[in-house]
Amino acid sequence: MATGNESCTHVYRVYMHAAPEAVWDAIVNPDSTEQYGYRVRCAYDLRAGSAFMGFPSKEMRSLGLPNAIVDGVVVEVDPPRRFVHTWRMLITPELASEGFTRVTWDIDGGRFGVTRLTLTHELAGAPAVARLTSGGTEDDGGGGGWNWVLSGLKTFVESGKTLGTEGADPS
Amino acid sequence: MVTYSVAMTADDLVFRALADPTRRFLLDLLFQRDGRTLTELESELDMTRFGVMKHLRVLEDAGLVVARRSGREKLHFLNPIPIQLIHERWIDKYRERHASALMNLKTQLEDMA
Repeated sequence: MATGNESCTHVYRVYMHAAPEAVWDAIVNPDSTEQYGYRVRCAYDLRAGSAFMGFPSKEMRSLGLPNAIVDGVVVEVDPPRRFVHTWRMLITPELASEGFTRVTWDIDGGRFGVTRLTLTHELAGAPAVARLTSGGTEDDGGGGGWNWVLSGLKTFVESGKTLGTEGADPS
Repeated sequence: MVTYSVAMTADDLVFRALADPTRRFLLDLLFQRDGRTLTELESELDMTRFGVMKHLRVLEDAGLVVARRSGREKLHFLNPIPIQLIHERWIDKYRERHASALMNLKTQLEDMA
């Protein structure tokens, strides 16, 4: 059904040399989520209706970040194929006031050991969050949004390494 | 089950797709406003519907455009990740930023507010 808000939807797609299960684990396992992108530890309870929060590292917290920087509610869990949750940015009051957006992770296993990951972010009513998640603040040092998160996820899943620290041990 | 070949992720598909001015224009259109139908995109170009379809197909093959069904309509979305991956391969490895990104983000947002 067309919602009329499609222009407020962003879609990101990346292909990985990995099994769908490995990609699923990288998305939902907090030990994995802190290995790429913004290094946020996302503690999901994988049941529809349960709330979750994403926590910055201790180091980041000691520098004055709020305890939880994202939160949301799990909507749909279908391992290792589909994960849907709402998503709210808490890093500043302005972003938090834009409320909950919706994130869908679709994982499609294909031939040759390649898995396709598609992230759909529905951002109606959240222009500031959209700017951030689409990498609009990257040149100002804000990180590259989902582009960057998913590229980091790909690197992590394929090599176990953390993007930006070539040769370094992720532990 | 999706079927595609490993070769689809190759950089040369991206470069080939970007080598054409019409296709870059289509990407610019989607950058301005995402989630457009073929009819909407066609109206911005002096080209047959079939011609626009062919260009979109090349962009989809390169992963730069992702088409999604929404009811009866097929909507086209810009996927920035293939360009991001090329960027990272040649540029980002020389930069260190992961640990500071969240902190920078917060500082920057506070400065804006």
